[in-house]
Amino acid sequence: MAQESQEPRAPKTMYDKIWDSHVVYQEPGDDSVILYIDQLLCHEVTSPQAFEGLRLAGRKPRRPERVMAVQDHDVPTTDRDKPIADPIARKQVETLRANCREFGIRLYDLNDVEQGVIHVVAPEQGHVRPGMTLTCGDSHTATHGAFGVIAMGTGTSEVEHVLATQTLRQKKMKTMRITIDGVLPKGSTAKDVALYVINKLTTAGGAGYAVEFAGEAIRALSMEGRMTLCNMAIEMGARVGMVAPDEKTFAYIKDRPQMLKGEDFDKAVEEWKNLPSDEDAVFDREVRFNAADIKPRVTWGTNPAQSVEVTDRIPSPSDFDNVEEQKMAKAALEYMALEAGTPMTDIKLDWVFLGSCTNGRIEDFREAAKVVKGYKVADGVRAIAVPGSGVVKKLAEAEGLDKIFIDAGFEWREPGCSMCLAMNPDRLQPGERCAGTSNRNFEGRMGKGGRTHLVSPAMAAAAAIKGHFFDIRDWKYN
Amino acid sequence: MQAFIKHEGVVVPIDRSDIDTDQLVPKQFLKRVERSGFGKFLFFDWRYLNDNYDENPEFELNRPEYRDATILLARRNFGCGSSREHAPWAIADYGFKVVLASSFADIFYNNSFKNGYLPVKLSEEQIEDLFQREAKHRPYKLNVDLEKKIITDQYGLKIAFEIDDFRRDCLMNGWDDVGLTLRFEDKILDYEKKHGIV
Repeated sequence: MAQESQEPRAPKTMYDKIWDSHVVYQEPGDDSVILYIDQLLCHEVTSPQAFEGLRLAGRKPRRPERVMAVQDHDVPTTDRDKPIADPIARKQVETLRANCREFGIRLYDLNDVEQGVIHVVAPEQGHVRPGMTLTCGDSHTATHGAFGVIAMGTGTSEVEHVLATQTLRQKKMKTMRITIDGVLPKGSTAKDVALYVINKLTTAGGAGYAVEFAGEAIRALSMEGRMTLCNMAIEMGARVGMVAPDEKTFAYIKDRPQMLKGEDFDKAVEEWKNLPSDEDAVFDREVRFNAADIKPRVTWGTNPAQSVEVTDRIPSPSDFDNVEEQKMAKAALEYMALEAGTPMTDIKLDWVFLGSCTNGRIEDFREAAKVVKGYKVADGVRAIAVPGSGVVKKLAEAEGLDKIFIDAGFEWREPGCSMCLAMNPDRLQPGERCAGTSNRNFEGRMGKGGRTHLVSPAMAAAAAIKGHFFDIRDWKYN
Repeated sequence: MQAFIKHEGVVVPIDRSDIDTDQLVPKQFLKRVERSGFGKFLFFDWRYLNDNYDENPEFELNRPEYRDATILLARRNFGCGSSREHAPWAIADYGFKVVLASSFADIFYNNSFKNGYLPVKLSEEQIEDLFQREAKHRPYKLNVDLEKKIITDQYGLKIAFEIDDFRRDCLMNGWDDVGLTLRFEDKILDYEKKHGIV
């Protein structure tokens, strides 16, 4: 576009750079553009109607080689050698398989070792490269922003639009930089950063923005940690959450099966080094936090902004300033069957869920296994560990983590979205309470009447052993 | 897509913020491979007492005065959470033509325009005023005119609202997005050639 030749070049944010290089066309007088989408990810729940739409219109995927698919949302995490018992889930899984076959799309099929949660599998297999635009019919698509990617969740109509045109009509978002200065204290993880930021900015604070996470604490996060953080951008309303690529990024993606190889990779790395926001780039909003203020957190309510530190007590509706928040807090406490003033560490649990696109990666299981090692799951608690992919599972097993979990009384499952959204048989019964490493504590999310508390993997592991929440900073590791 | 030009209908108030798409359509209904028939699942957990679809008489949609409501009134951050378009499909299939809120989640807002009903963002004060008017004049009707971008009632209310021109055109004409973009197929091919994609 015209700006590219301007001298001197205006400083740009990373979002601007990626956006500008993907503009296909802008109609005169229109403030939205046709934006090229480099990569589309499909899963079984939000794609069937998109493929059906293509067929009805006599269309085909424009670039099937730029689409990958995996079954994850409603697959069982046990008995994978048997047909799926739920006939409707089975139909969705089979429909995706048939659609991929018909249109020549790469599917990581249910019993392939690469299968797993789509946002774990896509980077793991090397489908995600810095500087890309990427979409998926799933709100947690922002996960891939961790690699310096404009990655956005869409609905099914836009899945169809990308299939048919390899583009989306998009209006540029505003940009927000969230800088976390300093070093995270011991016991605090990327998950706690996410819960802290969402708590400060509210569930709608990021609406309309593409968020870039920056600062010393973010640079120090592993790729897994950055994915955890970007994954939850949508929980503060931001469709896009990004972290600038660096040596950690390049090391993570190098030699992945679908990644560029050899010289092509090296050449690309040099280009990717230009992606980070220019030093004097101007963001529409700047927010700064101090890493030292971020402690291990637990949600107490029914949205991810309703969290406190593990050493805090459950707040009272009257602690909130505005009437709307008071009303929401009251409804949340009622649904969660919690009394204001109760210490968080007094809350007893029926379930613990380790896994999901937020915290289902190898690092998450390593952290949880360290906590669990040499202990037994508390009486009355059912704990499940659901690896994010077959690759994570295999790696964990090679490291002996499965034994640690199984010896402690955890169930070691097959990969899938599982209890995070409870579309498969892994779900809570009404009134049951779960500590989960997933991303949403909405009413009914883990099953009608079920109660979800969001925590980091280590905090979830400690809760499984104790039977109630426990401050991970006081944990005695074996 | 069905075109939307103007609509007059009864307002049902659901006085909550952060109504997420899990509440609009719980996960157990996402397993269908069709786009149709989602209306009966809308607000499932609030609307029914059990899996036999026995109605919860307390829930607004089940109250006699709101049976024919076609305009949904809510508060902040409507449609947050999951990107599932099943939520807009359910809203459209139920028969809603307009959703009024003080803010919408981005993905939900975007999805709404593909489904023939109109999401309208108003200020918190305007939304509060509508809640009060509804309580006073039940059953309360609004007239929503997309062409003129105004909302009126029979008691002298007149609110102008903002909407993106492109989205307005698409909705008023019932245009298919994919078809619109494919008018520029040559530009897409140019881009792909320039970037070594083909």
